[in-house]
Amino acid sequence: MKKKAWGNQDNAWGYMMIAPTIIGLLILNVYPFIQTIFMSFTSAKAFGGYKFVGLKNYASMFSSPEFLRATWNTILFCILTVPVGVMLALVVAILLNAKIKGKVAFRAIFFLPMVVAPAAVAMVWKWMFNAEYGIINTVFHLKVDWITNPNIVIFTVAIVSIWSAIGYDAVLLLSGIQNISKSYYEAASLDGCTKLQQFWYITLPMVSPTLFVVLIMRLMTSLKVYDMIYMMVGEGNPALSKAQSLIYLFYRESFISGNKGYASAIVIWTVLLIGIISAVQFMGQKKWVNYDV
Amino acid sequence: MRKKKNLSMALAYIALILGSIIMIFPFLWMLLTSFKTNAEALQIPPTFLPSVWNFDSFAKVMDLLPFGNLYLNTALMILLRVVCAVVTCSMAGYAFVKINFKFKNFWFTLVIVQQMIPGQIFIIPQYQMIAKMGMTDTIFSLVFPGLVSAFGTFFLRQAYMGIPDEVAEAAYLDGCNRWQTFTKVLFPLTKPSVAALSVFTAVFAYTDLMWPLVANTNINSTTLSAGLSSLNGQFSTNYPVLMAGSLLAMLPMVVLYLFFQKQFIEGVAMTGGK
Repeated sequence: MKKKAWGNQDNAWGYMMIAPTIIGLLILNVYPFIQTIFMSFTSAKAFGGYKFVGLKNYASMFSSPEFLRATWNTILFCILTVPVGVMLALVVAILLNAKIKGKVAFRAIFFLPMVVAPAAVAMVWKWMFNAEYGIINTVFHLKVDWITNPNIVIFTVAIVSIWSAIGYDAVLLLSGIQNISKSYYEAASLDGCTKLQQFWYITLPMVSPTLFVVLIMRLMTSLKVYDMIYMMVGEGNPALSKAQSLIYLFYRESFISGNKGYASAIVIWTVLLIGIISAVQFMGQKKWVNYDV
Repeated sequence: MRKKKNLSMALAYIALILGSIIMIFPFLWMLLTSFKTNAEALQIPPTFLPSVWNFDSFAKVMDLLPFGNLYLNTALMILLRVVCAVVTCSMAGYAFVKINFKFKNFWFTLVIVQQMIPGQIFIIPQYQMIAKMGMTDTIFSLVFPGLVSAFGTFFLRQAYMGIPDEVAEAAYLDGCNRWQTFTKVLFPLTKPSVAALSVFTAVFAYTDLMWPLVANTNINSTTLSAGLSSLNGQFSTNYPVLMAGSLLAMLPMVVLYLFFQKQFIEGVAMTGGK
């Protein structure tokens, strides 16, 4: 058989090479995606048959205080964690970019929580935030019910989440800052710019594309928050309804209560919410993200 | 001027050291608590170092959780997921860049769209498939959602885009077929990206909690993350035991991280934005 020229169309090889991925995606993603949309219009339970119920799941969802509260909790969690977390990460990245000794060690320390299972992270923070014996209350002579007070617990979870993510975001921002050409700073200091002016007029605009990526990513991750709340608040905690996120509610409805139809509606709403918020971000980016370098 | 510079450097060091203490302290406190007796852990004011270093909590938590199984399950899951992701994503990434075939853009759009959809939307039907196959509580079920990766395909496609067509064409003209061009010449050139994808896949699989909680409910067949989380409710009052368990669960990954710190961080920086 004569070999085809390199650039010629070659369907046999092309399809053979993409087949595992495409078949896998069809089975693992595309079919489940369609199935979840379908289920959201049915009364599917954990076992047995289901009936088509139209928009009933969506209607009961939007009239459920628990669901509305979970939506608000999720948004509140993003408001609490994303701006502060990304800002702190930017500070860490800028400090790590300075001419300091032990840069590698500092970077490794800040990044550490990223490789620790959230289950273990939540466990130790829960212990430190323990109202009676926790190190935080005893050392600072506080009497705060960090975990069980419904009005406080979401702040506690937010603190731990910010702590966990700072190093990861800082590493991404640092790689953005390091790509900025040194010549800009040299020119600026020759012109007598202060460090603060250099940050404001060079670093910030030049790092803004990376900053945008980090913001979007952190926002999407925060909208999907589940494990920290599952571990730190959990079933049986009186504060649960004031802290549970949409994905946590989804998990409880689908795998604990067995309401698969209703749970499907919740997860579709969550994905729509993520889509809408990301779209708004992408529209807003023109105002502050600088791509002309 | 000089003085001012020294001052700002000193401030930078102070900020970084304070930050590092905040990052390290929880892990230190975990370690110290795990060696205390429960009575000492609950003492007010708290002691910093354990008065006696005792290993009782470690013995106890090893009775409560089958750590041997959990380590093995987690290691196999990570290994298999990494192998699957690297093989399938490399093949597809190569084909999407270096081979012309019909409807290529259609299939690639499919990959991109899947990459953007949050994974939770797939989880109920994925579980139903595993249940129907009778494969819950197996290593296969742990690997199942990670058999292929839309993100990995997208990421490795970029690596192949960075290799000039002439390199592939030269190998092809020298007698390699399209498969050999891939395995012998191009794949080795994507090593840094493959390493980054491996780290990303491993860390994601290790920290994921929902899938193992759903698919492998038997404590002997689940992962470290999910196994550890099962202690949460039952032993919520015995903190030294909880800390010993957390320490044992995080240790393997932290040790790997200390050895391959550069690869971990650079891998994440490369895959960043996901």
